[in-house]
Amino acid sequence: MKTNTLYAIYILWLRQLKRYFRSKSRILGSLGQPILFLVALGFGLNSVFAASGQGNYIQFLAPGIIAMSILFTAIFSGIEIIWDRQFGFLKEVLVAPVSRFTIMFGRTLGGATVASLQGLLTLIIATVIGFRPDLWLVLPAIVFMILIALVFTALGTAIASTLEDMQGFQLIMNFVVMPVFFLSGSLFPLNTAPAVLQWIAIFNPLFYGVDGMRAVLIGASHFSAWTDATVLVCISAVFLGIGSWLFSKIRA
Amino acid sequence: MPENKSSISVKNLSKTYDHTFKAVDDISFEVPAGSIFAFLGPNGAGKTTTIKMLTTLVHPTSGSITIDGMDPTRDPHGVRQSFGIVFQDPSLDDELTAYENMFFHAGLYGVPRGETAAKIKDLLEFVELWDRKDNLVKTFSGGMKRRLEIARGLLHTPAVLFLDEPTTGLDPQTRNYIWTYIKKLNEERGLTVFFTTHYMEEAERSAKHVAIIDHGKIIASDTPANIIKSASAANLEDAFIKLTGRKIREEEAGSVDHLRTMARAWGRR
Ligand SMILES: Nc1ncnc2c1ncn2[C@@H]1O[C@H](COP(=O)(O)OP(=O)(O)O)[C@@H](O)[C@H]1O
Ligand SMILES: [Mg+2]
Repeated sequence: MKTNTLYAIYILWLRQLKRYFRSKSRILGSLGQPILFLVALGFGLNSVFAASGQGNYIQFLAPGIIAMSILFTAIFSGIEIIWDRQFGFLKEVLVAPVSRFTIMFGRTLGGATVASLQGLLTLIIATVIGFRPDLWLVLPAIVFMILIALVFTALGTAIASTLEDMQGFQLIMNFVVMPVFFLSGSLFPLNTAPAVLQWIAIFNPLFYGVDGMRAVLIGASHFSAWTDATVLVCISAVFLGIGSWLFSKIRA
Repeated sequence: MPENKSSISVKNLSKTYDHTFKAVDDISFEVPAGSIFAFLGPNGAGKTTTIKMLTTLVHPTSGSITIDGMDPTRDPHGVRQSFGIVFQDPSLDDELTAYENMFFHAGLYGVPRGETAAKIKDLLEFVELWDRKDNLVKTFSGGMKRRLEIARGLLHTPAVLFLDEPTTGLDPQTRNYIWTYIKKLNEERGLTVFFTTHYMEEAERSAKHVAIIDHGKIIASDTPANIIKSASAANLEDAFIKLTGRKIREEEAGSVDHLRTMARAWGRR
């Protein structure tokens, strides 16, 4: 009997999606934060931003907030492995005749899909609030959304594989997720920021995601869209590699 | 492939945790194909650790294992295909329906897609859960979850079924019910069954062969009747107490309950 690896990946992907669509409260709940940011910051700082000659703040901010909602959802999806371990489902998966890489890859794809969907929802909401992107450029923006989702789901999986329980989770929120978000140039333009912040951003994967989205959506960016995309593809490959290596060491 | 009369064969198996603690200490036993084997012992004796080594979840420190002719350390894939397992702790996805839990298992085990639906129906009817197939597992009672886990463990038609305390915490009716299934499976399909339990009458009634483990060592291994006789005891429970002593072994508290509360507070489950 041979196990169909592709089908197993599909099954693991499907599980993440089913769980996502089943938890309506989670979908709605995680839209609250982006809405708050868009409304409070978008409208609140719009005049200051415009006065300093930077243009419309909502246009600038929306890609950053879309990236933020993908970042949070993706990290959560990866971290869910801890839940699976604690609730026992991980054992069921680990005794299945499927390679550890297949397991890690299937659920990372599932988590990344969920995070991309969440990003798409945020994009729609941003449009309602006042964001006006060029419509035909939404498609390349979705490519960047998927890349951000892949990078951070893989990172979440990698981190979760090394954690015993949820105790370390607060630590990750405060020392990984929040800094990644605030130091990515999501909220402010990096070209006018102090050099230190610019340097930090260069090492921040989210920066390339936000920058890429801005490149295609509002035509203003630090690097070209191609550079951003290339960097993100490389980072996601590295994180997937590290993630599956750490996951292969996981014990139920 | 050489004809192997033993479905499970274990020789000088040991597991040492943290370089010092011997959870399983040089045990050997054989389980003939098509038989029911009871693995008994107080809490912390090393039963679950043994099952984890047999089922590829834990790497043995030393010794050898053969399951259905294969070595779990060398051919984990082959071994994984050949056994089904009901873990001591729950292992279902609560957020999925009974049917979905079955369907995902079939997908992971490469059950031919044309056969999946019929097999799931067959097994869910067998454990009398077919009418609840579209209910979320989190709405199930403990007994229903156990029955679903048994059905799931059988979905890929394994040669060996491992049951780690399958009836702990269930009422006598449900326990009786579950044992009726297991015996039927053993008789009708020739399934080899390896189980642990704290209910001695289950072992006395159902097992052809019993091994008693304590502090990681097997201290008795024979038919239930012979064990009772050589301990000059009235029944297996009596013999078990005589062999393992009266001292109470503490069950370790799991962190699962705490987590469930936390998860619920987060609105994630
Ligand atoms: N991962 C582990 N690390 C260290 N000690 C362990 C681990 N798993 C089990 N043990 C210890 O090994 C012993 C045997 O445990 P276990 O096999 O679960 O016993 P049983 O299933 O017979 O109740 C216990 O003392 C337990 O605390
Ligand atoms: Mg146990």
